[in-house]
Amino acid sequence: MRWRDAAVPLAIFAALAVAPFIGFGQGYSLTLLSRGMIFGMAAISLSLLVGGGGLISLGHAAMLGVGAYAVVVLDHARITEAWMVVPIAVLAAAGFATLTGAIAIRTSGVHFIMITLAFGQMAFFTASSLSIYGGDDGYTLYGRTTLFGTRALEGRLFFHFTCLALLIGCWALVQALLNSRFGRVLQAARENETRTRAVGFEPYRYRLVAYAIAGAIGGLAGVLLANGTEFVAPSYLTWQRSGDLLFMVILGGVGGPHGALMGALAFILIEDWLAKLTEHWRLIFGPVLILCVFFLRGGIAGVLRRD
Amino acid sequence: MTEPLLELRGLRKSFGGLVVTDGVSLDLRQGEIHALIGPNGAGKTTLIHQISGTLAPDAGVILFAGRDFTRLSMAKRARAGLARSFQITSIVPAFSALENAALAVQARSGSSFRFFGRANGETALNDQAMEALAEVGLERRAGVPAATLSHGEKRQLELAIALAMRPRVLLLDEPLAGTGAEEAERLMRILGDLRARFGILLIEHDMPAVFALADRISVLAQGRLIATGTPGEIRANAVVRDAYLGEEA
Repeated sequence: MRWRDAAVPLAIFAALAVAPFIGFGQGYSLTLLSRGMIFGMAAISLSLLVGGGGLISLGHAAMLGVGAYAVVVLDHARITEAWMVVPIAVLAAAGFATLTGAIAIRTSGVHFIMITLAFGQMAFFTASSLSIYGGDDGYTLYGRTTLFGTRALEGRLFFHFTCLALLIGCWALVQALLNSRFGRVLQAARENETRTRAVGFEPYRYRLVAYAIAGAIGGLAGVLLANGTEFVAPSYLTWQRSGDLLFMVILGGVGGPHGALMGALAFILIEDWLAKLTEHWRLIFGPVLILCVFFLRGGIAGVLRRD
Repeated sequence: MTEPLLELRGLRKSFGGLVVTDGVSLDLRQGEIHALIGPNGAGKTTLIHQISGTLAPDAGVILFAGRDFTRLSMAKRARAGLARSFQITSIVPAFSALENAALAVQARSGSSFRFFGRANGETALNDQAMEALAEVGLERRAGVPAATLSHGEKRQLELAIALAMRPRVLLLDEPLAGTGAEEAERLMRILGDLRARFGILLIEHDMPAVFALADRISVLAQGRLIATGTPGEIRANAVVRDAYLGEEA
């Protein structure tokens, strides 16, 4: 049982590592893969909330947005060094998550969904109104974040492997969290909150910490997203984007972080493939997603687990 | 006489115009099983909810080993040594039986804000959890997902969770409900063995079990305590016979 939990994600990481050398080396497909990995990271962080804590957030795009806009703000101030940008962006996203989570986590169920949606929309409209950073039109970065003053991240392969390394790190982190004492309390509270209180835990604290950690990882994904496109716009923070992330988690299956990763990769690849086929790809994509929900109980991860 | 472990003074609770707890005062001593009986709707579970912290009383005081518990959160009461079982079995269905008990051990052993290291691999937690399972005779089912245990086993598991907390007081809300004759007998034997280590407040509808186990019995009717005494006194009490026991006792 346990080897399989690790076998599937390790196979995916290996595939992503060799992909540039077996036909995915061109600019476009490499960009697509890094996009898949970045959303994979975001979906993994969301799966900590949805799968781990039972916290269905419809505002997770805001975490990516805060991370991406941190890059913008620092870029505008001519600060582009990764050792400054990444910690600031991650802390900003974690801070945003803590402040909004402190309120949102007091609610549950549909109310939690609506409150996270509301905070997400607040972030979206705030980003739209930041006229010095381009407002609705977005902001084009002067260049990618620098690493020790070098432009290493501009290298396609280097960026690909940076995304992969961080993706593996996030996956390992979330997997470790779920197996830890902390994760045990978080999951117990998801399954049976009253029982969890009755043995002596206050679920609120555990959920809030999980929310902050998920926000931090989301912020890191936002930094990479900004770097991948060298452009940041309020559209990164739309509620549709939050919905996409939630969908990736459900599509992949909430059985663990690797499910979310598979969901994200499948989502990005199917979306790209359909968009090439027809202009009206959303007409096909929608029903495909609905069919997935109906027929892939337990998501892609659930299908792989079946004997 | 020793100080009671748990003491209720003039507890009162109403939902709108309906008074469900009407000035209840009772106490629970170390080493005794104090049974709380009464007809359906008498307010027994509501009383347990107030003691465990699920509901806040409108008036009155709850003392736990002399300490005022009235406004404490459920989790704090639990950590102070108050364990409860629920009328409708409350376990973590996705966890194994062992993990259910280990969760309770974890709550009283060190911080749970530990983000690394497998909780499942902590032998200190598992050993104590296994001990609690063994006390209720569930050690052979340790690895089984709690959701797939039989109804009687789930009731045993709930008791094991309570024991794993190493509490001073056990509040048991109908632990025998829905169990077969054999399972009920087994649970009764376990409860009898546990008596010396705790104070047990027991709600139960199975009258033969109550009269066999309890050291003292309190009778609740329409939110009021109408009698408290030894099983013999309660059986002989005319008011109680009218209100509840009828001919069966």
